[in-house]
Amino acid sequence: MDFLRPATWEEALAAKAEHPSAVPIAGGTDVMVEINFDHRRPEYLLDLTRIGDLQTWDTVPGGDAVRLGASVPYTRIMENLRGELPGLALAAHTVASPQIRNRGGVGGNLGTASPAGDAHPALLAAGAEVEAESVRGTRLIPIDDFYTGVKRNALAPDELIRAVRVQKADGPQQFSKVGTRNAMVIAVCAFGLALHPETRTVRTGIGSAAPTPIRARTAEEFLNAALEGGGFWDNGKIITPSVAKRFAELSAAACNPIDDVRGTADYRRHAVGVMARRTLMWTWEAYRATGRDAHRKGEVA
Amino acid sequence: MGTTGLPAGITQGSRTKGGIGESTLRPDGTLKVTGEFAYSSDMWHEDMLWGQILRSPVAHAEIVSIDTAEALATPGVHAVLTYDDLPTEVRHYGLEIQDTPVLAHGRVRHHGEPVAVVAADHPETARRAAAKIRVEYRELPVVTDEASAVAPDAPVLHENRGDSHAPHVPHPNIVHRQPIVRGNVTEARRRADVIVEGEYTFGMQDQAFLGPESGLAVPAEDGGVDLYIATQWLHADLRQIAPVLGLPEDKVRMTLAGVGGAFGGREDLSMQIHACLLALRTGRPVKIVYNRFESFFGHVHRHPAKLYYEHGATSDGRLTHVKCRIVLDGGAYASSSPAVVGNAASLGIGPYVVDDVDIEAIALYTNNPPCGAMRGFGAVQACFAYEAQMDKLAARLGLDPVEFRQRNAMAQGAVMPTGQVVDSPAPVAELLRRVKARPMPPERQWETTEGVDVRQLPGGLSNTTHGEGVVRGVGYAVGIKNVGFSEGFDDYSTARVRMEVVGGEPVATVHTAMAEVGQGGVTVHAQIARTELGVTQVTIQPADTRVGSAGSTSASRQTYVTGGAVKHACELVRERVLEIGRRRFGPYHPAWATAELLLESGKVVTDGGEVLADLVDVLEDEAVEVEREWRHRPTEPFDLRTGQGFGHVQYSFAAHRAVVEVDTELGLVKVIELACAQDVGKALNPLSVVGQIQGGSTQGLGVAVMEEIVVDPVTAKVKNPSFTDYLIPTILDTPTIPVDVLELADTHAPYGLRGVGEAPTLSSTPAVLAAIRAATGLELNRTPVRPEHLTGAGPAGSSGG
Repeated sequence: MDFLRPATWEEALAAKAEHPSAVPIAGGTDVMVEINFDHRRPEYLLDLTRIGDLQTWDTVPGGDAVRLGASVPYTRIMENLRGELPGLALAAHTVASPQIRNRGGVGGNLGTASPAGDAHPALLAAGAEVEAESVRGTRLIPIDDFYTGVKRNALAPDELIRAVRVQKADGPQQFSKVGTRNAMVIAVCAFGLALHPETRTVRTGIGSAAPTPIRARTAEEFLNAALEGGGFWDNGKIITPSVAKRFAELSAAACNPIDDVRGTADYRRHAVGVMARRTLMWTWEAYRATGRDAHRKGEVA
Repeated sequence: MGTTGLPAGITQGSRTKGGIGESTLRPDGTLKVTGEFAYSSDMWHEDMLWGQILRSPVAHAEIVSIDTAEALATPGVHAVLTYDDLPTEVRHYGLEIQDTPVLAHGRVRHHGEPVAVVAADHPETARRAAAKIRVEYRELPVVTDEASAVAPDAPVLHENRGDSHAPHVPHPNIVHRQPIVRGNVTEARRRADVIVEGEYTFGMQDQAFLGPESGLAVPAEDGGVDLYIATQWLHADLRQIAPVLGLPEDKVRMTLAGVGGAFGGREDLSMQIHACLLALRTGRPVKIVYNRFESFFGHVHRHPAKLYYEHGATSDGRLTHVKCRIVLDGGAYASSSPAVVGNAASLGIGPYVVDDVDIEAIALYTNNPPCGAMRGFGAVQACFAYEAQMDKLAARLGLDPVEFRQRNAMAQGAVMPTGQVVDSPAPVAELLRRVKARPMPPERQWETTEGVDVRQLPGGLSNTTHGEGVVRGVGYAVGIKNVGFSEGFDDYSTARVRMEVVGGEPVATVHTAMAEVGQGGVTVHAQIARTELGVTQVTIQPADTRVGSAGSTSASRQTYVTGGAVKHACELVRERVLEIGRRRFGPYHPAWATAELLLESGKVVTDGGEVLADLVDVLEDEAVEVEREWRHRPTEPFDLRTGQGFGHVQYSFAAHRAVVEVDTELGLVKVIELACAQDVGKALNPLSVVGQIQGGSTQGLGVAVMEEIVVDPVTAKVKNPSFTDYLIPTILDTPTIPVDVLELADTHAPYGLRGVGEAPTLSSTPAVLAAIRAATGLELNRTPVRPEHLTGAGPAGSSGG
């Protein structure tokens, strides 16, 4: 196994172009597990830890998205981006242990594209674009098009993830994850929800309940229509139990889970429904309490 | 911590600092916390090779052929050994029955069974080479449970058994069967106003010690081998290793290496023989370290069990009878299954007085992973079931579950189902009273002035509830565990104690073969030496086979038995020291002849406190050394038909109250408090005692709500051999564990002490289950409970409720 250590991003892109089978490694929290268990024996490892830019974040010109370096550790996201990216910050807090959160970043989650990656539901719900780059140039892959199969993504063999551009929250966001232990656990299933008062839409993200991370699109459409039709965005009324129930049912119906050692398919569907209902109530209550006024004033919640 | 009572059998005053009863600190504690402690996996030797084991990928198969040519030809590989390369005719080992092949012979009986071993100059080379060994398997039908084990066409896992249990078992796939019959259940049943029945399932728990199996074998010039190893019992290993190597025991010199936890999982051999074989074959030191994945295949687990119970009671809440059948899955090899059966049967009805009982316990041979010793050893599975039964009965009778238990609780003088009279304190009702009398933890602790603290809620940081669906439940349980090896086993230990003057100060040196596995035995030995010899400085020698056997670090026995041996040896040293003193100084003071003399703070004093001499002056340059074996009073085997017999030397009791919050919609559980009361006879080191109780309680909590090795029922393969999917409690899953320690002396035991380590592991699990039942109203006849069992979203038949 050859260990490639580019000093700059340009060198990294050149190395990836020369060795498309090279596996990028940053925090190593996914890659090293695979190597240690002998599940994977890459010909080349492409070490990205010397490229400092990957550990930084800034605001995308125009100001409505955070450009999050692929290697920004989860700990930084929890500590520094709770205001702009509340859903992702909550998800980051559920990742493994403090030691892993100090090393792992969203780029790894995206690169591995496991349906159990904790960042995915939050990214899907917030709305995001993956900044993929190669010697051929840069392209922005909408998060909705990024996950193409079980542990597969839309990256070309010569591309690296440089950053992910995540929409700054314009309303309340929530993230819930079920595991059979109260910390340090891989998701049995997870649910992300973001209210977008500016566009008067909601977005969802579901983890570990289908071959890829998915959105519950029918549930979103139902809820968008119900909120619009009832004038909820303006009148700030309490969401009726029947709307919440239907949203939960449609979220559960969006799942296509399997039975495995972590949980049954039936349980996953059931739990996604419960999380959908609860996160809807939490975000909507937050919107009623603060978000609605803030939005009227044109501020960010 | 509340304490009552006085230590029994104390022969020395306790004025010497750092003696028994004090919470002296562990000598290894700081090193472990700071990461400097050398564990067995940290060992290194010049020129050493690395050993790697090739294991079976299937549970049951005939080995058609093994081709090692390609592996042997790999550069860097020094040896590849299979069954055919074993040096002697002794090719099997085992704690009780020698049925385990050192390397598979023509057949594998479980997933992960060792087939071949490789030594290479790099661990990666060894792994690659092992993968190049070509083994052709012809798969055989698997035996996975009682039905498939005793079916008319069942494959017999061990043909031509010659072990002592073979003549009395009803089927060769049953390792051992122990009935216990007392009174007349048929008649007693007629007196019952209420009868409850239950069928219970206990999942396979792993010891999950953090230091994986590892050791270093160094070949010696005399043709022998030095083995540095993490184990629970050096001499039992030695007895099994030496014959396979074809060496006399004195040429296999064993030294305990740093042990990272054991909990029963190091009682059986793992890589010991493999490392020695490779070292002797190559003439080079060989180190073997399992990784976590291999560790799950490298040691036995707790027996999963099916338990069938019938309890009867009169309307005034008195038990009339218990009939039960306990089926333990021993897996492919016997390990300690026979002794686990004896425990499950003899402790099968719990700490209750019942005159009419009909108990049967068996262990099966199957193609599942081998099971053997784990903290609680057969008593854990039974306690889960009989305590569920006690709650069911109380509910049917309309009685408070604690009061119902107290009405039937045993006390000193009670008769066990085995006919044995309990001849030391058995404060079962008092332990229950103490946990019940504790104030309840406040309701809704997650509500803070800054909002919801999700760490206090089921799901924790996963943020699944802010209080929605959360229901509190409270549950109680109590258990009984034997201490020490039972059923007539010659359970002894050996201690060598030396006293001499070093650097102008009297120093005691204690040498035993006791395996320090984290329990704190080395701390206690120093305390005993200080108390008995009145010295401050105590040196604990490394445990090795240059001194006699200490017995196993298991069965809650080491403080009792090796502690007893150290105490006994110290007493003999003290007598000799006083003899020397009388010889030297007797003529100068009449008290040498007339008074009772003690050793305290480096001096010989009278029981009235008068100082007669400094130990430094008594000893001068003389060293006093004594090595002695020490035994507890003998036990006897259980009768094979009736189960009667004085089988256990001591009993220990603990009670728990569990308070849980259950997210009833998601089926997630947060145990918020797990109070324990336990009688320990005498707390030699109170801090260590509380640590044992908290650790045991947590291990019991683990198997209540998360810990389970999942074995595929069709292929008998392990599905979750990793800490990713075999979950053990984190600190966020571990509740406050208030501990109430009673000290009611057992006059048969050194200082009146009672073994501590296992009893809290028993009642913790049923207390948590009872609390979850109280919160959910579900029957829950299976442990561990999984979320889908609590939401009705599991596969049919799995919820039991």
